[in-house]
Amino acid sequence: MNTAISVSGLHKSFGRTHALDGLDLRVAVGEVHGFLGPNGAGKSTTIRVLLGLIRADRGDVTLLGGDPWRDAVALHRRVAYVPGDVTLWRNLSGGEVIDLYGRLRGGLDPVRRADLLARFELDPTKKGRAYSKGNRQKVALVAAFASDVDLLILDEPTSGLDPLMEDVFRGCVREERERGRTVLLSSHILAEVEALCDRVSIIRNGRTVESGSLADLRHLSRTTVRAELRGPGADLADLPGVHDVTESEGHVVLQVDNDHLDPVLLRLAEIGVRSLAGSPPTLEELFLRHYRDQDTDAPLVASR
Amino acid sequence: MTAAVLPLPRGGARHLTGTGTLIRLALRRDRVLLPVWVLVVAGAVSGVERSLENLYGTGTERAELAADMNANGSLRALYGAVFGDSYGALTAWRIGGYAALLAGLMSLIIVIRHSREEEETGRQEALSAAMVGRRAPLTSALATAALADVLLLALCTAILLGAGRPVAGSLAFGLTVALSGLVFAAVAAVAAQLTENARHAKGIAGAVLGVAFVLRAAGDAAREAASAGSHPLVWASPLGWAENVRPFAGDRWWVLLLPVGLVAGCVALAYALADRRDLGAGFVRPRPGPAHAPASLAGVYGLAWRLQRGTLLAWTVGFAFAGAVFGGIADGAQDIVGDNTGTRDLIRRMGGHPALTDAFLSTLVGMLGLICALFTAGSVLRLRDEESNGRAEPLLANTVGRLRWAGGHLVIAYAGPVLILAAGGLAMGLSYGITAGDVSGELPRILLAALAQVPAVWVLTGLAVLVVGALPRLAAAVWGPVGLVIALGWLGPVLKLPQAVLDVSPFGHLPKLPGTDVTATPYLWLLALALALPTAGLLALRGRDLD
Repeated sequence: MNTAISVSGLHKSFGRTHALDGLDLRVAVGEVHGFLGPNGAGKSTTIRVLLGLIRADRGDVTLLGGDPWRDAVALHRRVAYVPGDVTLWRNLSGGEVIDLYGRLRGGLDPVRRADLLARFELDPTKKGRAYSKGNRQKVALVAAFASDVDLLILDEPTSGLDPLMEDVFRGCVREERERGRTVLLSSHILAEVEALCDRVSIIRNGRTVESGSLADLRHLSRTTVRAELRGPGADLADLPGVHDVTESEGHVVLQVDNDHLDPVLLRLAEIGVRSLAGSPPTLEELFLRHYRDQDTDAPLVASR
Repeated sequence: MTAAVLPLPRGGARHLTGTGTLIRLALRRDRVLLPVWVLVVAGAVSGVERSLENLYGTGTERAELAADMNANGSLRALYGAVFGDSYGALTAWRIGGYAALLAGLMSLIIVIRHSREEEETGRQEALSAAMVGRRAPLTSALATAALADVLLLALCTAILLGAGRPVAGSLAFGLTVALSGLVFAAVAAVAAQLTENARHAKGIAGAVLGVAFVLRAAGDAAREAASAGSHPLVWASPLGWAENVRPFAGDRWWVLLLPVGLVAGCVALAYALADRRDLGAGFVRPRPGPAHAPASLAGVYGLAWRLQRGTLLAWTVGFAFAGAVFGGIADGAQDIVGDNTGTRDLIRRMGGHPALTDAFLSTLVGMLGLICALFTAGSVLRLRDEESNGRAEPLLANTVGRLRWAGGHLVIAYAGPVLILAAGGLAMGLSYGITAGDVSGELPRILLAALAQVPAVWVLTGLAVLVVGALPRLAAAVWGPVGLVIALGWLGPVLKLPQAVLDVSPFGHLPKLPGTDVTATPYLWLLALALALPTAGLLALRGRDLD
């Protein structure tokens, strides 16, 4: 596997705060990698280390085969970055900022620039503060997608975008993947990561708690079963691996660990099934599982 | 369930709802800034008051000082006219003008900080969405500045009373300082309505303060030593009014009506403007920009130029204006000799008239150099501003090294003073040359004298780079040494401070140009410092985390 980003045992503290506490991250060339975590988990700090803006206290970091601190400028020719909170110069128009970033990355594709402006419905003649938060975000996105780079680092890039624009954004990310580019997408919007990412790393308190493909992660989790039954389903709760059973007027909703599905299905068949729906766990559920139980070793209590 | 309904004030008072809370917020935010300003100004008053007593113990000495100072046009330009030789009158002359200037600067910064700056950052929007009246933000900004000015009034009066000065004069002095502060608070309140950009608003109010100073200085320099009345230029300046209250030398209370009237007028205008505009908007509509960047915006150098060119242009124009005014009055320096033909001949034989004019010119050129330090410090601090506001981060994520990024702004911080002082020197040389009838002779001398200030300015540039590079969190503290250097240059000579103290300032090492020989040694030292300080600063910048 060709590696675009490789981070292991990364530590960084600011005074007494340990922002990163042994974080690991591996992103393969050509994949869209989801970088998930709640606010303050250390996502932006990791990205700032990757960009050579801050120096790691300890740990190994390799970006596109180079040292992000030492080789920052050379590496940045191949990297485009979209910050989570874009601030613009108040006396520069959006078009000027896009061109400036493009020039600082060694040029950008004018056709693609025009196409992106149209797709994002962005007026490039407005200045700094005249843009709303979403539009400031679009300025940075257009600049990033229009430049010819190998790696895109996007830090919560859709904050402030409306659903239509999120759609445009997803289209752009898919195009980048088709062109063989690597994307590191930091987010706490799970639907976005689910829709776009090949693999995911979940971090909490500066440490990686889970990493793998969505399929890998799902197998750790449960299936939500919704069924309309012919008889009472009260005893379903007694089966092993079953959680959170709710029943009303013959409708049952429950969650079951995936390796305990068989007995649940057998029992449902015994009671008699009018209709049945099973859904894989959403990333939401994976996420909740990681953050709900963070400080206790108590068994998982699912939310629904 | 019924919701509790808060009683709302009716009529005009509803526009002021929330003012008290906003004032408390402002005081909380300014808990360091405001006491530091007030204590620095009061400390300067106290320090000058005490030193005068130590230095000029006898009535004869004081009378001599007053006569000497009044006799010289350049000293009148710097410190204003002396109206009496009592301790109180000398204190008012020596520090009253500066206390008024500093109070004005403090007040305008406070007002813009809590009015336009809040709107520009979007914080006011969130506040105004709560129970905050339409006029509350401006009112609280003015009230915060007024509170600081009242503190100054109390402290200055108390300091002078504590030194045993007459009550009336002490109060007149305190009122003069406080009202000067309020004048510029009110001017800033108007400026804050005009533009959406807090930096521009500060620039407008600061320009009014600068013009007020130049008018006062020019008027005092041009006044005829013998006559008691002030020059019309002095009367055109709020800082001139401060001088004309004449504390301890007549206490002309009626003069205080002038600032009171101006404050009332400006505040009324500010409210009228504020009532007619939207939150966040100004009266100068921002125009749309180009859809594509011009070729000049090619990299960090183009960007820095774009960001700082407005400020640089304003300073250049300001210095040209000040230079032209000062050059035009320099010829009057010969008046100081008076009508006594014998004295005039004597002085002329000793190298007289030209030497006196040169002394005047060199003092004014030195003043321009000191003020120029403010530009360079502000220019370097742009780096910190870009960093802490998150605009440096995406730039540095491009193929931009930190040194090149810093270089863009530092080119302006270093080249700017050359341009600004050249403009001041050129205008001064031209206008003095024309009045003296010798443009080709005077212009190069004066231009060279102005440019000779540059190495000293660069030392402060370098110091600012060092602080931004090595101690970014304390970047604003750069204003401390800059203020100290200006104070030493301005107050040092008359306070007869020991040479060791004066030597702290890089300007203290410069030869007095025009009119003296240039020696290389001080320049070599200054240039060495001007190189070493930023080198250390840039090394630190390269090695540290970005905020």
